[in-house]
Amino acid sequence: MEKSKVMQHEKFGEKDFQTIVGNLLRYGVWISLSVAFIGGIVYLMHHGNDIEDYSVFKENDLNIFEVIGTVYKGVIQGSGEYLIFFGIILLFLTPVFRVLLSLFSFLLEKDYLYVTITLIVILIIITSISFGFSH
Amino acid sequence: MTVLTFTLIMILGAFLAGFIGSLSGLGGGIIIIPLLTIILGVDIHYAIGAALVSVIATSSGSAAAYVKEGITNMRLGIFLEIATTIGAVCGALLSTIAPTSFIAVLFGLTLIFSAINSLRKKEEHIVLESSPLAKKLRLQGTYPTHDGQVVSYGTKNVIGGFSMMGIAGMMSGLLGIGSGAFKVIAMDNIMRIPFKVSTTTSNFMMGVTAMASSVIYIQKGYIEPGICMPVVIGVLFGAMAGAKVLVRTNPKKLRIFFACLIFVLAINMIYNGINGKI
Repeated sequence: MEKSKVMQHEKFGEKDFQTIVGNLLRYGVWISLSVAFIGGIVYLMHHGNDIEDYSVFKENDLNIFEVIGTVYKGVIQGSGEYLIFFGIILLFLTPVFRVLLSLFSFLLEKDYLYVTITLIVILIIITSISFGFSH
Repeated sequence: MTVLTFTLIMILGAFLAGFIGSLSGLGGGIIIIPLLTIILGVDIHYAIGAALVSVIATSSGSAAAYVKEGITNMRLGIFLEIATTIGAVCGALLSTIAPTSFIAVLFGLTLIFSAINSLRKKEEHIVLESSPLAKKLRLQGTYPTHDGQVVSYGTKNVIGGFSMMGIAGMMSGLLGIGSGAFKVIAMDNIMRIPFKVSTTTSNFMMGVTAMASSVIYIQKGYIEPGICMPVVIGVLFGAMAGAKVLVRTNPKKLRIFFACLIFVLAINMIYNGINGKI
């Protein structure tokens, strides 16, 4: 009796979780693309007639915090280019939120095996950020 | 070419890429790269960056629906993300040091492989018994069918699938693609997961996999806002239009047509890569 109750509770939680994750992904994409789109319009209004050459790659060596700092300043100044960049960063953050949400959900379910697995994924992403500092 | 002309051409091209990517089952990212590099002369690093951004947008968008329906196996996805994110970080680091011609040739080969793979006949196979490791990790699951039934399935060869996923992640980080073809091999052929679950779970994982390499891409300057914006918007709407058409048509003939088209693009890419024109 008690076991079936627990099972039912878990099922309910799982379904709820699916809805939340689904909504997060959907709205995350739409919000970030709306920001990028507005940025695109601003960018075209100011730079539509410029000539850009994308055939040569200019390599950067900024770490992620420097990039975020520049983007933040650019957005404040109303630069279309950085508004697009901000939208793209929001888009990249959508899956990160998804991972954090799963971590939370596994914690609620007391599924410690998957709490560990999710933590490993988060650790790998953090490690990838740190590669920006090594150069 | 002015920025405005370039943007308009790119929105159109990206729409086409998203449309074809959705109809052929290859994904928009893998088609936008040859389009940008061969036809518009954009440097391959920028093309890879823009493709990766569009991969995150389209995969998150379509994953949303499948997750809600309960088809996606989230445990399986999160477990395999360990492999894909490690692979993606390695791939992205490799792409910053690898010569451009190497990337172009590898991309061409991946394109051919994916095109052939998209033509392969997919047969449904459901195993009921899971391997001991799969049981320990609770990778077995259920999914609902159209008529409201619930199908249970088991999972086999976890280590083999995990390794293949590492390769899929590396290709994703190296080339900015979703590498759906590699993921499907890992889940369908090696782990014996039902087709419906493997495609949706692969979609679900793409965002996080791409995220792992995108940090390195941002730091290295692969993400060029002026290219990414029209590409993402074009690919996303193209993919949505493709999905609508897909419901109404039989994709088999289309797939053969697109596979031929992609084959030509791939040969072009390899040729230009060898000659150092990319």
